[in-house]
Amino acid sequence: MNITAHTRQSTGTPATRRLGVIAVALLVTLAFFGLWFSPEDINQGSTVRIMYVHVPTIWVAYMAFVLTAVCSAVYVSGRDRSLAWDRVAGASAEIGVLFVAFSLVTGSLWGRITWGTYWVWDARLTSTAFLFITYIGYLAVRRLGGTMRQRARRSAVLALLAVLEIPLVHFSVRLWRSLHQEASVATGGTDVELDGLMLFSLFLGLVAFTVTFVWLLLHRQRMLWLEDAMSAQGLDAAIEARRQEAVR
Amino acid sequence: METVINLSHVVAVLGGFPALAGIDFSVQRGEIVLLQGPNGAGKTSLLRVCAGLLPIERGSGTVLGIDIATQREDIRSRVGFLGHANGLYLDLTVRQNVNFWAATVGADDAEIASAMSRMKVDGRLADVKASQLSAGQRRRTALASLIVRRAEIWLLDEPHAGLDAAGRDEIDGILRDAVASGATVVLASHESERASGLANRIVTVDGGGAR
Amino acid sequence: MAVSSRRSVATAVARKDLLVEWNSKILMNQVAPFAAIVMVMFAFALDNDGILQRVAPGLVWLATLFSMLVVVQRSFAVETADGALDALRVAGVDPAAIFAGKAVALMVQLLALEAMLVATAVVLYGVEMSLVGLGQVVVTMVAATVGLGAVGTLYGGLAAGVKGRETLLPLLLLPVVAPVLIGATRATEAGFGSGGTDVSEGWPWIILLVVFAVIFSAVGSVAFGPLVDE
Repeated sequence: MNITAHTRQSTGTPATRRLGVIAVALLVTLAFFGLWFSPEDINQGSTVRIMYVHVPTIWVAYMAFVLTAVCSAVYVSGRDRSLAWDRVAGASAEIGVLFVAFSLVTGSLWGRITWGTYWVWDARLTSTAFLFITYIGYLAVRRLGGTMRQRARRSAVLALLAVLEIPLVHFSVRLWRSLHQEASVATGGTDVELDGLMLFSLFLGLVAFTVTFVWLLLHRQRMLWLEDAMSAQGLDAAIEARRQEAVR
Repeated sequence: METVINLSHVVAVLGGFPALAGIDFSVQRGEIVLLQGPNGAGKTSLLRVCAGLLPIERGSGTVLGIDIATQREDIRSRVGFLGHANGLYLDLTVRQNVNFWAATVGADDAEIASAMSRMKVDGRLADVKASQLSAGQRRRTALASLIVRRAEIWLLDEPHAGLDAAGRDEIDGILRDAVASGATVVLASHESERASGLANRIVTVDGGGAR
Repeated sequence: MAVSSRRSVATAVARKDLLVEWNSKILMNQVAPFAAIVMVMFAFALDNDGILQRVAPGLVWLATLFSMLVVVQRSFAVETADGALDALRVAGVDPAAIFAGKAVALMVQLLALEAMLVATAVVLYGVEMSLVGLGQVVVTMVAATVGLGAVGTLYGGLAAGVKGRETLLPLLLLPVVAPVLIGATRATEAGFGSGGTDVSEGWPWIILLVVFAVIFSAVGSVAFGPLVDE
């Protein structure tokens, strides 16, 4: 692994710079639509505007975790797969966790402003919290050390286990909450009546955050590549030093 | 003669440190190879790589024809490894330990009894908990467990450590018998005097490489 | 070289684990008292007989899960103390067999613990069960414990050994066992009759527990090898 060809100041390329500009433009447009152009909700007034951030971020987080799962599946499916699959899986999970956190916080604020509570034990919110913790665990396991291949294999297996476990958790929680006949008042978004402009803004939010996610992913996985390359170079130096021990 | 171990430019890493720094190493069937070298030279790591326990970062190699880069799990059932740790369950007695290891390989009672008596861990010692044994006694128990495995390659890290003269003679006898029945032995030892009598080839390991 | 069938290896591993427990009596002398104390502390904290009786199922399973963390750690501490798991791996013993053996041993120990906890709930929290209810509680225990044994062994293996890993176990394990906590508690509520729950309401939850157990037993035997390996 030779990183000398990549000794720039950043992980950016002309492509990512263009992508970044598009992302910013979309986010600004979203701000306009979300904060201004789109109408207020009949019941909630202006607080419904949080939805344009809260809902797309959780969708993008789901996408991120699906990507992690797919890359992990590809990695374990063959004997000698490229570590790039592992790096993308890891970067995607990191960003996914960020987006889930963001969604949980905005959802909590929304609940607080609109209905007076920071948290409600409804099925979706509880499952989302579990999703968050599960992937925090995944990220912790990624940091356990060892060779890159060990890290990759361990993480991949764990990610696939998460794919199994999350629907189980979600299903159990759904069953559990259905016992309590929760009114879906505070579920955040499902009972808001969406007119055309609101729907459009929501869709815009999805596009804007997806583009942002891709931009973040490209940068982050490049960072991970650089980290791996650096430790490989560090290894070269260490090997030389080790060989010197023997030469007398 | 068949080459049972063949490593080429192997780099193996322990927590970022290159324990093996591009080592070349090969062993023919039926040899008894002694690994010599200072502490920290990489002897233990070399043995672990050959056992399929330690993954390699760079280089290539085969053990019994099996590729250590991609298939090292398959090596293990054909190889017997004894590291610094004895692999004992400290809450179990000697007999219970050896019985367990024998059960995992399907050895029968006669083999167990014979292995235990060769290593002098039958009789009074058999029902002592492993935690109460001396270092030498634990070593002998571990060796008894290894004997019942009848592996094709024996990889031993300081097998003589903690044993008295009689124990060491016994091990040497066992290793010679194993080779006579077609096994190959690689051992790391500081006991250069004794071990050079036993071995037909000496390899010096230093700075993660071999000479 | 002699090779054993997977079943006999798993049996040997399970026997070995239970023998270690028999010789050391850690479960009996340390974990069970810990679990009992947890139940007592719940009473101190909740300070209300009516509430205690109502939430007894939840407390039983919470105490089980907390104790399980200790039992799983112990199960693997035994393996790493003298490099035994290493030796098992290098002997080429089928990881699926190791998984099965350790999971079964873990299940047996957890079942014993749960039985004690249910008895403690009856004594301390004033729980009263019908015979059918008791039968349902037993079925719940078995169904839940198979799942817990599988998942505990799987993640316990991952968290074993290397320093700094042990604290990882709760973080990894507790989210995964959430379905078991939910299912077992609801089923036990039905068995105990807490808050007027009828026995018939428990059976669907038991099905959830069985599904969990089947999935993780199957997946665990495949995933254990890669997770434990260096």
